[in-house]
Amino acid sequence: MALLEINDLNVSIGCTPILNNVSLQLKAGEVLGVAGESGSGKTMTALAIAGLLPASAKLTGDIVFDGTTVSDANDKEYCKIRGRDIGIVFQEPMTALNPVMTIGDQVAETVRIHQSISRRDALQIARETLAIVGLPESRFPMNRYPHNLSGGQRQRVAIAIAMALKPKLLIADEPTTALDVTTQAEVLALFRQLVKDDGIGLILVTHDLAVIAQTADRVAIMKAGEIVDMGPVGEIFRDSRQLYTRALLANTKYVPLRTTAREVGPEPVLEARNVVCEYAGPRKLFGKAAPFRAVDDVSLQVYANENVGLVGESGCGKSTLLRTILGLDRAQSGEIRIFGQSFPDDRQREMKQLRQHIQVVFQDPFGTFDPRWRVRQLIAENFYLLDAPPTGMEARKKIDEILEKVGLRSSDASKFPHEFSGGQRQRIAIARALITEPAIIALDEAVSALDVSIRAQILDLLADLSDRLGMSYLFVTHDLSVTRSITDRVLVMKDGRIVEQGPTADLFARPAHPYTVELLGAIPDIDRALQSASPE
Amino acid sequence: MTNGEITIGQGKNTSVGMALGLRVGFFLVAIAVAAAAVSFVWTPYDVTAIDIASKLIPPSMQHPLGTDHFGRDILSMIMVGARYSLVVALVAVSIGAGIGVPLGLLAASRKGLISETVLRMNDLVFAFPSLLMAVMITAVYGAGAINAVIAIGIFNIPVFARVTRGAALSLWSREYILAARVAGKGSFLISVQHILPNLGGLLIVQAAVQFALAVVAEAGLSYVGLGVQPPDPSWGRMLSEAQTMISFAPWLAIFPGLAIMLLVFGFGLIGDGLNDHLNPRIRRAR
Repeated sequence: MALLEINDLNVSIGCTPILNNVSLQLKAGEVLGVAGESGSGKTMTALAIAGLLPASAKLTGDIVFDGTTVSDANDKEYCKIRGRDIGIVFQEPMTALNPVMTIGDQVAETVRIHQSISRRDALQIARETLAIVGLPESRFPMNRYPHNLSGGQRQRVAIAIAMALKPKLLIADEPTTALDVTTQAEVLALFRQLVKDDGIGLILVTHDLAVIAQTADRVAIMKAGEIVDMGPVGEIFRDSRQLYTRALLANTKYVPLRTTAREVGPEPVLEARNVVCEYAGPRKLFGKAAPFRAVDDVSLQVYANENVGLVGESGCGKSTLLRTILGLDRAQSGEIRIFGQSFPDDRQREMKQLRQHIQVVFQDPFGTFDPRWRVRQLIAENFYLLDAPPTGMEARKKIDEILEKVGLRSSDASKFPHEFSGGQRQRIAIARALITEPAIIALDEAVSALDVSIRAQILDLLADLSDRLGMSYLFVTHDLSVTRSITDRVLVMKDGRIVEQGPTADLFARPAHPYTVELLGAIPDIDRALQSASPE
Repeated sequence: MTNGEITIGQGKNTSVGMALGLRVGFFLVAIAVAAAAVSFVWTPYDVTAIDIASKLIPPSMQHPLGTDHFGRDILSMIMVGARYSLVVALVAVSIGAGIGVPLGLLAASRKGLISETVLRMNDLVFAFPSLLMAVMITAVYGAGAINAVIAIGIFNIPVFARVTRGAALSLWSREYILAARVAGKGSFLISVQHILPNLGGLLIVQAAVQFALAVVAEAGLSYVGLGVQPPDPSWGRMLSEAQTMISFAPWLAIFPGLAIMLLVFGFGLIGDGLNDHLNPRIRRAR
């Protein structure tokens, strides 16, 4: 008998249908991956199962969990099931935990809500559960607070909370999206082990098909509130008959077409020499705080017409280095040179002259624009860098041209940023960076927040622009698959140092440094996952 | 990305309700403004004329809101008193916002000495209760409407400075501020072009709240005799004079009290409504 059965589930909010005839089954001991792009309804499906839909949502259809129909249960009845029989893990390990409660108490709290047992017994259960998820008390005492732990460890605590009462069903919504690749690999392995050992059912909601290929037994592909394709992972990923599934897979592995015969210039456009950045360490009551060295003696060059990737996990210092390169922060020692000129100490005018040659596209397409400015003003903001900024009609014409160059319409200039989708916003951000015709654009995780199909389009746009305009890119990212597809040279950063660098193809084929080897091994890869999963 | 799915359709229903609130708020304040404006050219009776013969008349056809112990018409006094309440509130809030907001922006954009100086000065002003401060100022420079305005205004400065600084600090960490810095803009331009407009809604709400508080503060100062001086009528003093007669002439206290309450309520509704109306994201949903 199926552990969970959903029949013809329809959900609408107001007059907007969110889910349309969703039906699926899950057996105990099985992992079902639910994949789709943003807005496809995958999170809503997970919330519907957990009874966490917003109050304004209307639901029809059946959700049968463990033999009982739960779709018409009220909130009070659901509270009994949630936590005890259904465990839930959310995306953000930073916000899912209570920062002023120790990890032991947080796990024990869930236990005590559902079982009337003593605090001592609850803590004992917490101790065992934390050990199962890889946080044994000998190394991670239960009186630690969430801020003492890394992102991956926090996600383990969140999983421990979900697992404490040995639920029959675990729902994980993008559980590894906020984590580094090496941590992601550990968490996914933990999921597999929990499913194997305890025979629970796991619903894994994610946008990342590679994660599903590595972890799930069956997969449901969602699009616009409907399940368009469902079946065993091997079948679906190898030869699905659905065009949408195929397109999704193709976009995931997408490599933009690039003209390879670009001549790399002899002089570096951007050069960093022995850059050291330090932060003040935690303040002590007496004595001086030891500074924390975020960037430790880093040197790098980017030549004309070259795409360079700077990869590393969170906290490795790549963002600090980028801020220093952009002249937003000052380095403790070392220097940044653009066209051989270093950033002046405090002269606004010269600073502006150098800045027009280096521009940036940030990660979050939603936070990168002032919400009260129109697109035309937003793009025109960078004219401030020019000595003789174009005015009136000339400025208008330039903005219209640049919008068309990035694949938008000139009529979009009078709209507000919230009227655009994430991908379109990223195009506007690129347009803003391009307006001063810079020699180099730094891309700070610029495609990480985008859906795969949009990501493919943006990668195409970037490749096309660099071919036509002869620009260099500096890709700062944790995403190795994007790095592989679009860069010529890669630098691998760890703990503030560059541990390895070389041409992209060589480095991916023959990594030398052990950290690079570990990093490359941790990337979820669809083909590799399918091979290892099916012995036949 | 996925979080966005949960919030679909929010704001749609509330914005209609807020628009109604905004209209009611404007209506209430408009009544007060109209009463004050009309009082310059016409009032039912002369507010300074004492007519002992017709003292303490309950609300009637001749005196819709009754008369006080000197036989003065309450309606006329409330109309004239509206002038003082509105002007005192407007000027006091302008002083507070005009000095407090720039100080807050400055404190948010410059770390270190400047920020600390502004904050400690705020603490200094905050340390004195507002009424005590007003009493001090009026005691030194004499009682009167102008000194009352200055006293209430000074008390408003740290409120605006604090609210502005707190909200501005969180805005400074946004990516679009980084983008503006990459565009070469300095902290002054960023404060004026990016921070201030995005604080607009918050400051307007705060201003409406301070308006309401200023009306109450003026009434309080007049109540203890430090605000508007006789024979000019003031809502606060009307309340204080009504105190001894409340048992047999309750209308003396009810109507000025109602006037204060409705004006404060009106400013509150306007503040709330404008906050939603000025936000382009909610405006779109309407």
